[in-house]
Amino acid sequence: MKYTIQNHKDTRSGFGDGLLEIAKENENIVGLCADLTGSLKMNAFADAFPERFFQTGISEANMIGMAAGLTIGGLIPFTGTFANFSTGRVYDQIRQSVAYSNKNVKICASHAGITLGEDGATHQILEDVGMMRMLPGMTVIVPCDYNQTKAAVKAIAAHQGPVYLRFGRPKVPNFTSVDAPFEIGKAIKLIEGADVSIIATGHLVWKALEAAEALAKENIHAEVINIATIKPLDEEALIQSVRKTKCVVTAEEHQANGGLGDAVAQMLAQKMPLPLEMVAIKDVFGESGTAEELMKKYGLDTTDIVKAAKNVLKRK
Amino acid sequence: MAEIGNLKKIASQVRRDIVRMVHKRQSGHPGGSLGCADFFTALYFDQMHLDASDFDMNGIDEDLFFLSNGHISPVFYSILARKGYFPVEELNTFRAINSRLQGHPTTHDNLPGIRVASGSLGQGLSVAIGAALSKKLRNDNKLVYVLMGDGEQQEGQIWEAALYAGSRKVDNLIATIDYNGQQIDGAVDDVMPLGDLAAKYRAFGWEVIEFDGNDMQAVVNTLELAKTNVGKGKPQLLLMKTEMGMGVDFMMGSHNWHGIAPNDEQLEKALSQLEETLGDY
Repeated sequence: MKYTIQNHKDTRSGFGDGLLEIAKENENIVGLCADLTGSLKMNAFADAFPERFFQTGISEANMIGMAAGLTIGGLIPFTGTFANFSTGRVYDQIRQSVAYSNKNVKICASHAGITLGEDGATHQILEDVGMMRMLPGMTVIVPCDYNQTKAAVKAIAAHQGPVYLRFGRPKVPNFTSVDAPFEIGKAIKLIEGADVSIIATGHLVWKALEAAEALAKENIHAEVINIATIKPLDEEALIQSVRKTKCVVTAEEHQANGGLGDAVAQMLAQKMPLPLEMVAIKDVFGESGTAEELMKKYGLDTTDIVKAAKNVLKRK
Repeated sequence: MAEIGNLKKIASQVRRDIVRMVHKRQSGHPGGSLGCADFFTALYFDQMHLDASDFDMNGIDEDLFFLSNGHISPVFYSILARKGYFPVEELNTFRAINSRLQGHPTTHDNLPGIRVASGSLGQGLSVAIGAALSKKLRNDNKLVYVLMGDGEQQEGQIWEAALYAGSRKVDNLIATIDYNGQQIDGAVDDVMPLGDLAAKYRAFGWEVIEFDGNDMQAVVNTLELAKTNVGKGKPQLLLMKTEMGMGVDFMMGSHNWHGIAPNDEQLEKALSQLEETLGDY
């Protein structure tokens, strides 16, 4: 394996640590949380900057509206709650008060996807990327590990405009470079290969690397691309890759409807139609279980990416 | 303080603007707009500290106003134009294609004076709280005003926001409810009664003042009184009794003119009851 696991860390800790760091550098950063400060790892920020932290209680709609209002005057609000309550519950508030009003709000969403685990489908949102992608002007970011999440927090603070930042609960391999800058809208080629492009986001990026390693043993050379910014999509980098490989596998912890695979398919269908397979949730709700059990059961594991790659190769 | 007679003259012109805008496009909400003309006039022409000639989104060291019940955009647009935020002639473009004067107010087209989109109800109070907290954090001692509808009080988000502002003592915030008792489907008391609104807000930790929103002297006095309560640990709720359609006799007394436009004959009748004071656009 070209990449080494530095440690296992949760991406939400990358958010919490990144927020604290950027808040020390930029006094305009403020935080809001709807009764999930511990889960979002916002405690260190709240303790260090109590006057810049707004605990709203369990009232997400009010939190989003307040965040929109806090931007007026030049502050940069970061809202924190679970991805489910960051999107579906407050879609209209985000749509009108944030996106349509072009407010500089950073919607930071933890416990996204099925890796939330035991709490079950009520909390395992798998539609959030789709909802946020549909909003004009919204930037959608899904980093793959602790280091990248931390870097993304700094990048979105410097970006003018609404952002949806999605991260998760479980400890996962932390393998990206600790000092890699995060460039919004830039795809990152992790492995070079000529046979198939594996385009992955979030927790599926590490699994894509594992899949590429397994495929290499069968003399299939996969190119692995980390898409941390789903919107705007780095079309140029993707077209460059598929022009060479002539087939694509997308991998994400989200519904096939509306997610990364949807975005890539929509773009390629118009610009370079090629065989494409999606590793994603197939129009079902999740359930309780451990993160790893769920990834297996719902077809989001390393072996599922390998299988998809072999299938798509046959369609070349 | 401006002379009350002068404010009344401005309000009369604003009412003419409202019925003319809605008539021209045969679309819009005249009833609530007419009812709030006195309040908007007092707020923008007498009470608020602002600079209409140089609109800046951040509004540092200015008082801020948010319209939560965005459907009464005609009165908002008329006031902003008459105050000098944009040319009065632009009122001609209300609800037309390619206009900055959208059906409901929006920042999307950079219309000076608008700081957030509204129309989907229940969101403005939260936004105003955020703006008020932003001012506190920056030691900006100017105030934040927000106007809501009475029917809008049926939205759950209002009560999330009311709880926050009361519990966290957001005392640089002055919220007003246009209590005209009407909503689209009929009287608020029939559609979904609000009960004792004043008592409800008081129970949420607010200072509540009730007044007649169509008596210019009472409007000015109430806004003055509210200013003296700022910084005393409570957000303020001004419960403003108004008459939907005020100023045009046949539009008053029912919910019928919530969202329909007058025809040519009705326009003439309405204008005959409203003195032209600043000159029609």
